[in-house]
This record gives sequence, structure tokens and C-alpha cells, in this order.
Amino acid sequence: MIGAAVSRTLGSRGLPWVAGLWLVVLALSPLYGDNYIVKIATFVALYGVLALSWNFIGGYAGYPSFATGAFVGLGAYAGAICQNAGVPMIVAWLLAAIIVAGVAAAMGPVILRLRGHYFAIGSISLVEIGSVLASNWSGLTGGGEGLNVRFLPGGPDFIARFFLYAMLVILVAALATTIAVDRGRLGFGLRCIAQNEDAAEMVGVPSTRYKIAAFVLSGVFCGAAGAAYASWVGYIAPADAFSILLTVKVPVMVLLGGAGSVLGPLIGSAALVLLEETVWARFLDYHQAILGAIIVALIFFLPGGLLGLRLRWRS
Amino acid sequence: MKPLLEVEKLSKHFGGVHAVRDVSFTIGSGEIVGLIGPNGAGKTTLVNLLTGVHRPSGGVVRFEGVDVTAQRPHEAARRGLARTFQIVQPFPRMTVLENVAAGALFAGQAGSRAEAERLAAGYLAAVGLDRESQRLAATLTLPSRKRLELAKSLAMRPKLLLLDEVNAGLNTSEIDGALALIRRIAASGITVVLIEHLMKVVLSLSQRVLVLHHGQLLASGAPEAVMRDPQVVEAYLGARFAARFAGGDAKSEASHG
Repeated sequence: MIGAAVSRTLGSRGLPWVAGLWLVVLALSPLYGDNYIVKIATFVALYGVLALSWNFIGGYAGYPSFATGAFVGLGAYAGAICQNAGVPMIVAWLLAAIIVAGVAAAMGPVILRLRGHYFAIGSISLVEIGSVLASNWSGLTGGGEGLNVRFLPGGPDFIARFFLYAMLVILVAALATTIAVDRGRLGFGLRCIAQNEDAAEMVGVPSTRYKIAAFVLSGVFCGAAGAAYASWVGYIAPADAFSILLTVKVPVMVLLGGAGSVLGPLIGSAALVLLEETVWARFLDYHQAILGAIIVALIFFLPGGLLGLRLRWRS
Repeated sequence: MKPLLEVEKLSKHFGGVHAVRDVSFTIGSGEIVGLIGPNGAGKTTLVNLLTGVHRPSGGVVRFEGVDVTAQRPHEAARRGLARTFQIVQPFPRMTVLENVAAGALFAGQAGSRAEAERLAAGYLAAVGLDRESQRLAATLTLPSRKRLELAKSLAMRPKLLLLDEVNAGLNTSEIDGALALIRRIAASGITVVLIEHLMKVVLSLSQRVLVLHHGQLLASGAPEAVMRDPQVVEAYLGARFAARFAGGDAKSEASHG
């Protein structure tokens, strides 16, 4: 509904402004809210990054990836290990992004041979592999005991704001990349692949290369965000760094907002995080049941997401 | 005439099924060649081999003198080797204009999406689809989808265009429209290979006809001569009809085996 109303009044030309306005609302949260609100804004930004990332492979290329949890977990561990080895924090985040991009580039040619459900299963196995590696490679990862990351010195206000702006910077980078892809050759080629991969090859789209590019893009910002998350919370363990729930939640956000668009992931991630904070916190026991109900409702009633309502409204 | 496409002893088998067997021919620059054969003769497999969809089991394909046997479909497209699909393959949730722009951008000459859309509008006008340019491809009728398929391949600026049954499923007047269109395409300097079922199309357009049967090249030559070839008649209509058709030549027909 939000997306529909926004799109109707602004048309597609106005969409970047909506995104810009939303960034300002998040950035100004320390002015109108306490640290709890700032924390929520940081989570909105974090999930915005993950949703925009998934959108490259799941939205534009149409490949239902469940690798988000693997990218985030790998980024968190890579960042934490680098930081504990004495690498400055921001450099550690960049390194984490590069490492995740490298792993995505190496794994892409293997699992992108699969299509549809097979690809989904292949990608979800990456999360499990990551979790098993983190649990068992104790010398590097601390095993099941997890890994402590040095806290950033400073008061709670400073820390809350620092990580809000850190996440927002990553969000802006992911958003800028999305807009560039959406308007450029890559985005057009990926849309062709999503709609008919054989025909895409036949008009000259190098589909393998484009899919790998989309997969790497879907990993790189997750890697940075995962590393920043590890620095923020100060402690990571295998089960919550490589999270199956996260890997499912992020695609749901994008589908809720509208896959394959610039604004859809932002709307969907914001809607779900805010829902989670306001409503679900009061129904702790039914938390995941509600997520399940949303997935089912999405499939049946909103195949195009909230933004898709606009098309229906017109026709 | 310089050969544009050279095919040498091309074979493809799927397990024990020999879909294409030792097929050799050349296509000269500027020719219009018909490729005919009964159902299951291997016509579409042959097209798939020429455009990189399938990897040949044996043999060589050369395009402009370059060995392209191992190419991928997008490489074929960029080389100027375009095809249409027997079963049309539009991008369903894109507009007609975007469909054609994809061809212009990824295989044609467009440097940007804006330029691709500008060029695409021209190709849509050429096939008579300009009024549908903003519709979603999925909403087009079959004849319009065939035209879209043509516009898309034209936007790729091909040197050789393989038309795989572009006329299948069209009625008589639609076919006449399509024939005029193919003539214009050929006149613009594009070499055309027509993969066809419909004799009318092949006879009225082709300068030369290749006949494929059971994956092998059965005959090749001028359309009238090929149509009178008893082997070809037999492949299409069976031995008894061929014997009657050939009249006094019934004995020689037996020797073809």
C-alpha cells in the first residue's frame, strides 16, 4: 500500500527522491529519537543493504538465492578476524567485502549452473557450509565458543550514531550501485535473463558472466554489512552469523516490496523491520509463524510485491 | 561467391539417436537458401548446432572463414549469426520496444539503452509493429509475436539470419505479408536461411534448397529440381506415392533405397 501510494503520486521519475527522503529520515533519527530508535534505524539500514544486495541476483536476474546468510556470516567472520589481527576497523570491513566478493566469484560459476529450485538449494547449502566451517575451524574462528571483537571506544551515544552512519554509508553505496545497474546494460541484460535465459543468450547477452556479476554484487555489500555488524555487537558465533532465518527473511523483504526494482527492497526491508519491532515484539512465540503467514500471503495475493499494486491499480 | 557459412561433416547424436549425421554444405553471402525436411528430420537441431545452443558431436562450422564450432549462443549473436525460434521466445514482461532494443544493445550496434530504443523503433516500423511498441510482449497475438521475433533479430544487425519456421501457425494472408517482409530483409543484403515446412514459402523465395531427412542431407539444388527428385518426394510422401509420381521411372526409384 505504501509503495502503491508513493508510486502513484510520483511516477517512476520521482522514485529516487523517495529513496533520498528515506535516507534523510534514517540519518536524522538521533535528532528525534533515543538510542533505541537509532538502533532500529541502524537495523533498517542493515536490512536495506541486505535486501538491495539480494535484489541483484533474486530480483534482476530472477535467481532465487538463499546465500545472503552465507555472505553476511563470512563478512562478519572475515571482518572480526582481520580486526583481531590488528587491521584498522574500516579497512577490515573493506577486506571483508573483498573476500566475500572473491568467494562469490569463485562459487558463482559452480552454483549458477543450476536453475530454479536447484539453485535455491545449492545456494542455501553455502550457509550450512559456512556454519560448519566456523564451528569446526576453531584455530581461526574460535569454534562454537564464538569470537569476541574489540569494542569501539566511546560512549553509547557515540557508538549508536557511529554504526548508524556506517550502515547508512554502505546503504548509499548499495543504492547507488542498484541505480547504476537498473539503468545500465547489466540490469537490462539481467532482466532478459530473468524472463527467458535462452532468448537472452540468443540476442547476445553473455548470461554466465552477467549472472556471476549479479551474484558477486549480491555478496559484496553483505560482506561489508556483516563485518560492520560484527564490530557493532562485539561478539559473533557460528549459528547467528550464518543464519538460515536471515537467509529466508531477506528475500521475503524484497518480495514484499517488489523485486527487480530500485525502491522495492527499501520499502520491503523497512516495512518488515518496523513490523518486527512494533507488532512482533509483543507476540514473541508466534514470531516465525507470522513470518510464514506473510510468505504465504505474498505468494497468493501479491506476486509483484507492494510496488506491484501500482500495476494492478492501473489495469 | 564467397562462402559466408561452411558446414563440414557436422554430426550430433543424443545418446543413440543421430539427430544430424555428416551434414556438409556452404551458404554464400547474399543467398536465400531453404532448408526443408519432414518432421523430425533434424532441421532445428542443425540450427541449434550452427548457433551454439548444442555442441556438435563431430564436424566443423566456419563463419566468415573462422572456426566457430565451439561458440556459445551469445558469441554467435555478436558475430552476426542470428536466428528466430520456431516457438517464439519473447521477453514477456518487457514492452515490444524493449524486446527489440535488447537485440540492438547486446548484439547490434547500439552504444547505450537510449540509442538501442531509438534503433528498435525503426525495426518495429520495418516489420509493421510500431503501433504496438509500448505493449507488453506477452499480450501480442501469434502473428505479431513472429514479427517481433523478426524485428529482434534484425536489430542484431545479422549477416546471416536463420528463420526457423517463422511462418508456422500463420494463415494465408499473414504468410503473404511475412513473405514480402522476408524479401525485403534479403534485399537489404542479409543472407537468409529459411527453415520451413511450407513448400509455398520455400519455392517462392529460395534460390537454392537443402533437404534434410533422418539427419542427413538428402538433396541440394534449385527448388524445382529438388521438388522433382524422387528421393525427396519419397521422404515427404512415402514410397508408393513417389513411384506413382515418378511414373515410368519407378524402377530407378527402387535403387535409391
